[in-house]
Amino acid sequence: MSDFSQRNQALARQLKEDLADKLADLREVRRQLIAEIAPDDWIDACRALRDTDGLEFDIMIDLCGVDFLGYGDDEWETAEATGSGFSRGVDELGPGRFDWESRPEAEDIPNRFAVVVQLLSTRHNRRLRLRCHPEQADFPVLPSIVDIWNSANWYEREAFDLFGIVFEGHPDLRRIATDYGFIGHPFRKDFPLVGNVTVRYDDDRGRVIYEPTEIEPRVLVPRVIRRDSRYVGDEMDPEEAPASG
Amino acid sequence: MAEIKNYTLNFGPQHPAAHGVLRLILEMDGEVVQSADPHVGLLHRATEKLAESKPYNQSIGYMDRLDYMSMMCSEHAYVRAIEELLGIEPPERAQWIRTLFDEITRLMSHLMWLGANGLDLGAMTLFLYCFREREYLLDAYEAVSGARMHATYYRPGGVYRDLPAEMPKLSESRFRKAADVKRLNEWREGSMLDYLEAFMAHQNDRIDDYETLVTDNRIWKQRNVGIGVVSPERARQLGFSGPMLRGSGVAWDVRKKQPYAKYREVDFDIPVGVNGDCYDRYLVRVEEMRQSVRICQQCIAWLRENPGAVMAGNYKVAPPSRKEMKDDMEAMIHHFKLFTEGYCVPEGETYAAVEAPKGEFGCYMISDGANKPFRVHLRAPGFAHISAMNEMARGHMLSDVVAIIGTLDIVFGEIDR
Repeated sequence: MSDFSQRNQALARQLKEDLADKLADLREVRRQLIAEIAPDDWIDACRALRDTDGLEFDIMIDLCGVDFLGYGDDEWETAEATGSGFSRGVDELGPGRFDWESRPEAEDIPNRFAVVVQLLSTRHNRRLRLRCHPEQADFPVLPSIVDIWNSANWYEREAFDLFGIVFEGHPDLRRIATDYGFIGHPFRKDFPLVGNVTVRYDDDRGRVIYEPTEIEPRVLVPRVIRRDSRYVGDEMDPEEAPASG
Repeated sequence: MAEIKNYTLNFGPQHPAAHGVLRLILEMDGEVVQSADPHVGLLHRATEKLAESKPYNQSIGYMDRLDYMSMMCSEHAYVRAIEELLGIEPPERAQWIRTLFDEITRLMSHLMWLGANGLDLGAMTLFLYCFREREYLLDAYEAVSGARMHATYYRPGGVYRDLPAEMPKLSESRFRKAADVKRLNEWREGSMLDYLEAFMAHQNDRIDDYETLVTDNRIWKQRNVGIGVVSPERARQLGFSGPMLRGSGVAWDVRKKQPYAKYREVDFDIPVGVNGDCYDRYLVRVEEMRQSVRICQQCIAWLRENPGAVMAGNYKVAPPSRKEMKDDMEAMIHHFKLFTEGYCVPEGETYAAVEAPKGEFGCYMISDGANKPFRVHLRAPGFAHISAMNEMARGHMLSDVVAIIGTLDIVFGEIDR
């Protein structure tokens, strides 16, 4: 049990006992517990988390989708200098640098999408994060947990709208944040940051019309990943310099 | 007998009681609401996606524009998530300043709510009273950050700068006569802490004034008592937090249960409602204002006694001072790297929650080690509250819909994000 810090040990032990094989993985990141659940066990595990004595996660605080396309990609070579020097970091099709026409092909990578749920138990004053990867990335489907926590209703609508994750059994799976008749799922990583259409009132036609967006995609700061020792783990050196206002 | 059919009513988005851009489709049977279908998203700006395309520090300003009635509380959640991932802790004085400004923000938000809700329900005077006091607090925001509302004051590693030693004074103008200026400047002779202390010393009496206007007012009670009742079980099921949850009798407050900043060290009480109706939620919020005054007074006392740094001295995250940059090459390089590239946050994920005036405001952040977040999700309390609109409004009269929208204390900046 040494994988878990003091304050999470009791909960980790109980989760392993009560969820048993429904728990695909349990780990601790930044002193917070993350339980990974397989899509087939999603409903059963959630119900157990709500109803089992000692767990009693009575509030579903948050549910959101995540698109892991491009996780860990950077636009700028930082580890080694090349013969031609460092790249300028502007040619890549990184996030925010493409428009609707030049958007990358949707990739079918395993575990591309995730649904992340934050649970809270007001009885035991504990939090837990659940994560579940819908199986097919080209058509992600997950059973809905609205019956278990009613608050999931709008959050699942939001995840559907922004990521295109379909929640089976949801009573009212409509778009929520985007426009009526919107095309695409805007928070997917292969959806352009500048969007696809603009809306304006046309004087001649006397109505509101949709046009392809004309904004030039631009990103001012390249995406950089540095794995220097100064950034790794807890080794942010506080003695670096004297404190000053 | 003539057959009477249900009809639909489009409430908002331009209706003044829709608090911004709520479009509510009501199915009515006579004057009784059968179902309410809120259409949100008219203010959707994809803040979360924008944050993914910028270095961490450049998104702090977006947080102000989420819940634009409680700016610094949203900043606090975002900044805490970054600090959690970086593994840095702000200096003690910065944490006290954050506690102070969280509570000032709570006062501002509740004043705004009380005034606007009063206006919705026909109590005009309340609005004028509340806005008068709110203006003093906006001046505090301005003095400390330069902006009346969108402060960008909290930064990873602390706060932007220390509290000013001198409170800016008002001057005479076409709009402000000499007598007014003299009265308004009375509290501004000393430092900012003097100013806030003078304000807090008077604020409980002011809250008494609001209460004399409405607490026992027959009309106020007729509009609020027994309206929008939510049982504690339902409140949990619906994901309520903050005053909405406490109004239903659940004693839950993130500040008390999972303390952050300096809430562990200040003394305050959590008001809890009994009936779970609009009136109880009103009482809870009014009492919260008194508790906020109490917390602010404790913060002011501590801040007077304990000068010190307000920003972590780690130049990988916080910029060096202007003066140092002039004669230290290292400081110069740090400044350059920080403002052209930002800082890389170690790979990981975290969820940081704060008790914002409207409920639990959370920031779920995934970093893949880059100088920009991989995913930011913002948990807005109003989103869960407005989703319960249908359940709360069903069976009530049309005029009660206004009271229920008011009691939810919704701001579309945070709901639509």
